[in-house]
Amino acid sequence: MAPAIHPISLFFASIFTSNILLANFLGMCSFIAISKDSKSANGLGLAVVVVLTITTALNWVVLNYVLVPLDLVYLRFIVFIIVIASVVQMLEMIIDRVSQTLYLSLGIFLPLITVNCAILGVSLFMEIRQYNFVQSAIYGFGSGLGWWLAIMALSAIRKKTEKSKVHAGLQGAGLTFITIGFMAMAFIGFAGLLQVQ
Amino acid sequence: MSDTAVKDPGAILKTNLWTSNPIFVQVLGICSALAVTNLLTNTMIMTLGVVFTTAMSSLTVSLMKSFIPRKVRMVVQTLIIAFYVIIVDIVLRAYLPEVSRNLGPYVGLIITNCIIMGRAEAFAQSNRPILSFWDGMTSGLGYMGVLLVIAFVRELLGFGSLFGVRIFPEGFTPWTIMVMPPSAFFLIGLIVWIGKTIMHRQGEPVT
Repeated sequence: MAPAIHPISLFFASIFTSNILLANFLGMCSFIAISKDSKSANGLGLAVVVVLTITTALNWVVLNYVLVPLDLVYLRFIVFIIVIASVVQMLEMIIDRVSQTLYLSLGIFLPLITVNCAILGVSLFMEIRQYNFVQSAIYGFGSGLGWWLAIMALSAIRKKTEKSKVHAGLQGAGLTFITIGFMAMAFIGFAGLLQVQ
Repeated sequence: MSDTAVKDPGAILKTNLWTSNPIFVQVLGICSALAVTNLLTNTMIMTLGVVFTTAMSSLTVSLMKSFIPRKVRMVVQTLIIAFYVIIVDIVLRAYLPEVSRNLGPYVGLIITNCIIMGRAEAFAQSNRPILSFWDGMTSGLGYMGVLLVIAFVRELLGFGSLFGVRIFPEGFTPWTIMVMPPSAFFLIGLIVWIGKTIMHRQGEPVT
């Protein structure tokens, strides 16, 4: 456990080498379902970036100023989920008030996000790795960008593979998994650059 | 999905283990568990946790279904699931601290495993408690089966061992790729492929 990692290295590591999706398998369900269509993929990706940044920072505050002093760390799963659900709910209301166009492109994806494993996963990683506040915020933001990048790349690839002729059993999910496998290999190629644990 | 109409325990077993297996037919719940499939022991304990949580939360949701207002049912279901996951987490910490450390955040991530929520919503919400328990358990077992196959291949080729016991002789060169994340994607892709092909052969409708 080395909390000394520089925020900038952490930022790049969370996008490339420790991509939340390709290295930690988080956010898979919506990743596979939504990546069929690049427009929705973009919307969901953006929403993930926003929600991840806010919830990770907020969960850090809750964890260190509420749960730790009260010795209630074992309740963290429930508390994190509630924080995430309420942030998502509030964002939805705020976006609805502020901009209708933004709501139409982003708002519909927000409810999906509460059950996105990546959001809870990043908060739990933040807790286990004992990041400080700046690191947590950066880590949340970087992971969100990494997720966005991965889903955009996959949706672009899937647009091409959709029309290609493959074995009937491989069509759909099977092919998608194998594509993700190759993407994960490409991302792991960055691993020599920097490493976070 | 026609499985809400199925009421017979044997048929539920077959549906959940095979024809609508959570992983290779419904592609649900991949998130939390692929990362732990590089060692069989971890996978075994992780999936047992999932089986327990799915079964118990289906039972609880089914018992409480008439008391939960429809509007807040998602929140209540999430809290019920989180409750059981906390139990799993505390038990693991107390009795298997080593495994608990290896699994890291993935135990907590059982909460967001779509299978559990899916079963609560699709089955437990409209069925009797005992049947819901059975449905949750078999869904968990279907999930367990697939993950154990993946873990078997990954540990055998990646470390040359099974459950930590060395199988291949000393001279065996481990396949590094099997330890790394991409192999899990390739293996699950293959399993989906094989599973769907067999189903095509049997002429079952593929969803």
